[in-house]
Amino acid sequence: MPRVLLIEDDAAVRDGLRIALTYQGHEVEAVGTGEAGLAAVAADPPDVVVLDLMLPGVDGFEVCRRVRAAGDLPIIMLTARDDDIDVVAGLEAGADDYVVKPARARVLEARIRAVLRRGERRPGADRQERHGDLVVDRDGLVVAKRGQPVALAPTELRLLLELSAAPGRVFSRQVLLESVWDQGYLGDSRLVDACVQRLRAKVEDDPAAPVYIRTVRGFGYRFGPL
Amino acid sequence: MRLGLRTRLLLAFALLSVVTAAAVAGAGYVRARDAIVQRAQDNAVIETTNRVQRLYPLDTTPLSAALLRQVAGAVSGREGVALASGGGLSGGGLDPAVVTDELRAKVGQGRVAWQRVDLGGTTALVIGMRLRVDTRPSGVEVYVLRRLTAEAEAVGGLARDAWLIGGAGLLFGLLLALLAARSVLGPVRELRTAARRLGEGDLDTRIEVRGTDELAEVSRTFNTTAESLRAHVAELRALEADARRFVADVSHELRTPLAAMAAVTDVLDAEAADLPEVAGQAVRLVSRETQNLARLVDDLIEVSRFDSGAAGLAVDEVDVAEAVRATLRVRGFDVDADLSPAVLATLDPRRLDVIVANLVGNALRHGAPPVAVTLTRSGGDVVIEVADHGPGLDEEVLPHVFDRLYKADTARGRSEGSGLGLAIAWENARLHGGALTAANRAGGGAVFTLRLPVAAR
Repeated sequence: MPRVLLIEDDAAVRDGLRIALTYQGHEVEAVGTGEAGLAAVAADPPDVVVLDLMLPGVDGFEVCRRVRAAGDLPIIMLTARDDDIDVVAGLEAGADDYVVKPARARVLEARIRAVLRRGERRPGADRQERHGDLVVDRDGLVVAKRGQPVALAPTELRLLLELSAAPGRVFSRQVLLESVWDQGYLGDSRLVDACVQRLRAKVEDDPAAPVYIRTVRGFGYRFGPL
Repeated sequence: MRLGLRTRLLLAFALLSVVTAAAVAGAGYVRARDAIVQRAQDNAVIETTNRVQRLYPLDTTPLSAALLRQVAGAVSGREGVALASGGGLSGGGLDPAVVTDELRAKVGQGRVAWQRVDLGGTTALVIGMRLRVDTRPSGVEVYVLRRLTAEAEAVGGLARDAWLIGGAGLLFGLLLALLAARSVLGPVRELRTAARRLGEGDLDTRIEVRGTDELAEVSRTFNTTAESLRAHVAELRALEADARRFVADVSHELRTPLAAMAAVTDVLDAEAADLPEVAGQAVRLVSRETQNLARLVDDLIEVSRFDSGAAGLAVDEVDVAEAVRATLRVRGFDVDADLSPAVLATLDPRRLDVIVANLVGNALRHGAPPVAVTLTRSGGDVVIEVADHGPGLDEEVLPHVFDRLYKADTARGRSEGSGLGLAIAWENARLHGGALTAANRAGGGAVFTLRLPVAAR
């Protein structure tokens, strides 16, 4: 069963989510501060982090950045307000997805399952591809640039795998939301945009003039052509 | 007909100057004219009498036409023609028809009489008297015609002068009127502009107060009125902002406990089946109402975001038919959809989803099936219509259908929705620069029409 680290400062919400996720079959560790959350990640990394953005002390954005810097743990943020600025800032800090409170356990569960799926290997895709300086190992789920491994978050990796599977083909945001985030039509296209920005920062020589992940204005994104 | 202040001022001044000029010049003219004519008349009578007297002594027997011609020639003088008549005979250069019966009658009574006659446009004087021989009446009457050309010219000159003076007075009066109008109308125009700006919502409009006259007083009053209006509006806005902030704060405060409750409703729903019947009902009720409360609070927060201007568009290039179909599919709505393909628009797909979901949900709840959803492209607009076959909307409900928490039927009490759905749909349409309207169809049922520009800004 997936292990979930829940970082939420409000005791009632923390209890509610812990009860619900436990009921769904997850092993839940619930903490009330950013510091405790970071300590828990360091001590025993969970499978997924569910993170409230509004935390006293080290806030959710900072926790997000530090967890992301340390590794490729999937992060789902909880926003107390569906504040657009919070959402964008959270995605830029490295969150893979977000859920607006109050959320039913069912919704959070679906998001957790989606981000965990992104980290899974896809059987049958066992080949190494070379795209310019980039080597994508679909079997090992590893990406290297000029021989150096690139640390990608699960969503970033999944997005890169999706785009590079069909170089030159244009993917709309809706299509990417469906295939990468399991959200389909009603998802938030800013998830895609924020993820593309983060991915570019890691794989492009010049993120302002991308050669791998290109924007097709008015339509979406395209891998290459190189 | 209503005349402007400027026109009325001009008319008043013009009238004043014309009346004055007419009174002064006209009266002078009449007196001078009468004096001139009178003097000319007197002179002519005296002169004629003198000439006639110079004929004495005159032997009038026998009375002959030749004698009469001689008499007429003698009295006619330089500028006149004369007629002498008597005993049924007459002689001289004057046409006897010019002499009226009235004049003849007066002369016949032995008087010296005269009469003004009009001869082809010029005024002339006919003077008549009876010739006397040795102080006895001779039976001969003499009529002399004296043209008054010089006098007429003098009178004409007088009239011209009177007109000139009147005209100059009129011009001067108009000039004065224009000056007066400018001094009054300038401030009036300024007041009008300021009042209009104030009406358009520019509450900081003030007028520069000049001088101490009545207009300055009006300007001062305007300024104090505008100031108090500004203060009142600011106070009202502050109150309204406070009220809205309070709603937003309360909603946010409610959200945290609701988040805890909403998280466990799925647990409650799953366990309710295994509970004793009454306990199960209670648990399901708590679960259901928690969801409803969560939705209401969500909608309240959404409305607060519109009010505070925090709502923004995240636009994308969207195939509208595909987006509408997705909304219908995800919600499980059973409707007749007639959607034009290949309508592309730049809009916020999540907000479009909110609008369509609210409209269709509303039609399914309050109208009667079948509910029809149509998508068309009209000029620069994407038009989505949601029509139902219910009883339609009451005329008194129609203007309030997008009001917040408006309940068409108070007896029905709380409806399934939060009561904010249509208000939120309306705000979302407006945020796109579009419009959402409600109407009744000719064939019965309500129709909601959403118009969004193809490219929202």
